[in-house]
Amino acid sequence: MADTNMTSGSGFMDGMRRFFDGDIWYSFTRSPVTMVAAAITFLYFFMAAFGPLVAPHDPFDLASITLLDASLPPAWMEYGDPRFLLGTDIQGRDVLSAIIYGSRVSLLIGFASVILSLILGVGLGLISGFVGGAIDAFIMRVAEIQLSFPSILIALLINGVLRGVIELQNQADLAYAVLILSIGLSNWVQYARTVRGSTMVERNKEYVQAAHVIGIRPVLIMWRHILPNVLGPVLVIATIQLALAIIAEATLSFLGVGLPPTEPSLGTLIRVGNDYLFSGEWWITIFPGAALAILVLAVNLLGDWLRDALNPKLR
Amino acid sequence: MAEAVAKKREARAKIRDAGGHEVAMLKVQGLKRYFDVSAPWLNRMIERQPKQILRAVDGIDFEIGQGETFGLVGESGCGKSTVARLIVGLYGPTEGSIELEGRDIAGLSRQQMAPMRRRLQMIFQDPYASLNPRWRVRDIIAEPIRAFDLAKGQAAIDARVGDLLETVKLNARDGEKYPHEFSGGQRQRISIARALASEPEFLVCDEPTSALDVSVQAQILNLMKDLQREFGLTYLFISHNLAVVYHISDRVGVMYLGKLVEVAPAKTLFTTPRHPYTRLLLDTIPDLDMSGRERTPVAGEVPNPITPPPGCTFHPRCPFANERCRAEIPMPRPLSDGAIVACHGIEEGRIPDGPMLTLPARPEGLA
Repeated sequence: MADTNMTSGSGFMDGMRRFFDGDIWYSFTRSPVTMVAAAITFLYFFMAAFGPLVAPHDPFDLASITLLDASLPPAWMEYGDPRFLLGTDIQGRDVLSAIIYGSRVSLLIGFASVILSLILGVGLGLISGFVGGAIDAFIMRVAEIQLSFPSILIALLINGVLRGVIELQNQADLAYAVLILSIGLSNWVQYARTVRGSTMVERNKEYVQAAHVIGIRPVLIMWRHILPNVLGPVLVIATIQLALAIIAEATLSFLGVGLPPTEPSLGTLIRVGNDYLFSGEWWITIFPGAALAILVLAVNLLGDWLRDALNPKLR
Repeated sequence: MAEAVAKKREARAKIRDAGGHEVAMLKVQGLKRYFDVSAPWLNRMIERQPKQILRAVDGIDFEIGQGETFGLVGESGCGKSTVARLIVGLYGPTEGSIELEGRDIAGLSRQQMAPMRRRLQMIFQDPYASLNPRWRVRDIIAEPIRAFDLAKGQAAIDARVGDLLETVKLNARDGEKYPHEFSGGQRQRISIARALASEPEFLVCDEPTSALDVSVQAQILNLMKDLQREFGLTYLFISHNLAVVYHISDRVGVMYLGKLVEVAPAKTLFTTPRHPYTRLLLDTIPDLDMSGRERTPVAGEVPNPITPPPGCTFHPRCPFANERCRAEIPMPRPLSDGAIVACHGIEEGRIPDGPMLTLPARPEGLA
């Protein structure tokens, strides 16, 4: 793969070649666990992106749902129906399709909230570390206060406040935004602290002083010089935080303050299925639960590998 | 190329004041910089500690003529680098003035400093930290060109960057690479190219060779000498390598604990050092000829600049110190041969003349 790109001189191909020749790709090929995790993560992304094309049924198409199919067990069990591989729920919806649509929602909210907390955390951390003084003290005290509560509690708090502000008839429409905001705002601290630390190191390096001597505006020094040099660890945190954000969303949905059952995420599916666990229809909640666990595990393993691969001391 | 150089030299014809006297490129007067290194306010109140003020630079005066190289030497922690950072405006001075060709630039804001910035650039000590590792070399060198708007359009900037790379004896195509693809000496060349990009007249060089391999040091110094000749540059050259300072400088200042104790033409300073500290410092130069010269090992350590000794700050280590030295701060006084010395003993003539020293050997490879 690398060889065919050798002759091409374009920047993108150059970058690709460097990537495949580089240490990171090498360490990737040396870690079977990571390769499996990457494959699973990729599978989820693929399902999320092409959900409607991949799913065997449309769980939201009321016309295709009949109560006759309700509560069917997985296909390999007695009374199982080959049309519904993982069985159906109490309303006759295909559990597999619901999982595919649900992980789509979970990933969307996970990504969006990670991006929100990343922008917020990196921005505040950069300002905090670069400017220092009273602004730094203020931002860091806020961060420490927030850090002294469990982040799911913060997310619940923000969620509650936002729901209180929004009018009732709009709540269903804004459920996504509320979730993204509450998870995003509860997770920025880790980015801010990491970025602040590396910014304080970079700020005193001579290349930053050289930029000051040239007379570059401080905002531009932060943006052009320091930011690219502090983003490495952020990438690792973001990967691990993606898993945490997906869990946070599932937790909120499980507690009933997340997405409504009409637009189920994995967390909503688990909550709804939970009611039928003891009446024997275990598949309604176990399969979404397993899907969530596998997704989070895969993303986490990927994050762990990335952390080690980017750490020069472990090479 | 030769024509351009001649033009440049002409443009650099020495600036004179109304009386026809040459205006110094840099004139520093009473420059002080104190740092507050106290514990936080609350701790200070509870532990009843006074404020702790570190006097990094404590009142120094010197002048650098146009086209001159002024060497600044001294032990680690004596304030050399603080002087460099004060001059280029990285720190604001606590007191005193810094005049660049007659205009005071001390404590100017970033906007006010803007027109002066182009003429005043700096070369840093650590070639591994002074180039942004994420930028291509061509962008690093183009940064001052873009900041000062010295070339119009991408093609003109690229051409200028190529010229600069060739000026510092690198290949114009090296601009495509990243800093980690170069050795320490090559990186320092890139650093010099960046400093030259804004066509400055005055370069502050803060130990530009001390992080380099001995064999590479001479190459960089030769390059700096060539550039000085070609562009008529003025250098403030900070180093603790005395042999290098002797061979590159026209005049040399010796710093001790934030003060200049002696300023003299290089040859005078190295043959007839006056101040006891200068003598002690020169005694540490390795004697390759093995002349059997009696050596006094460097005794004592630099005192803490937070609580400097009263009187002459050098008196605890000085073999000639008396009561007056312990009480009264000596003022710099000019001597007949152009040296300026701050020492009571020299003023009173009670310090015996030091032995005439042999000049330090030329570092290998230095032109």
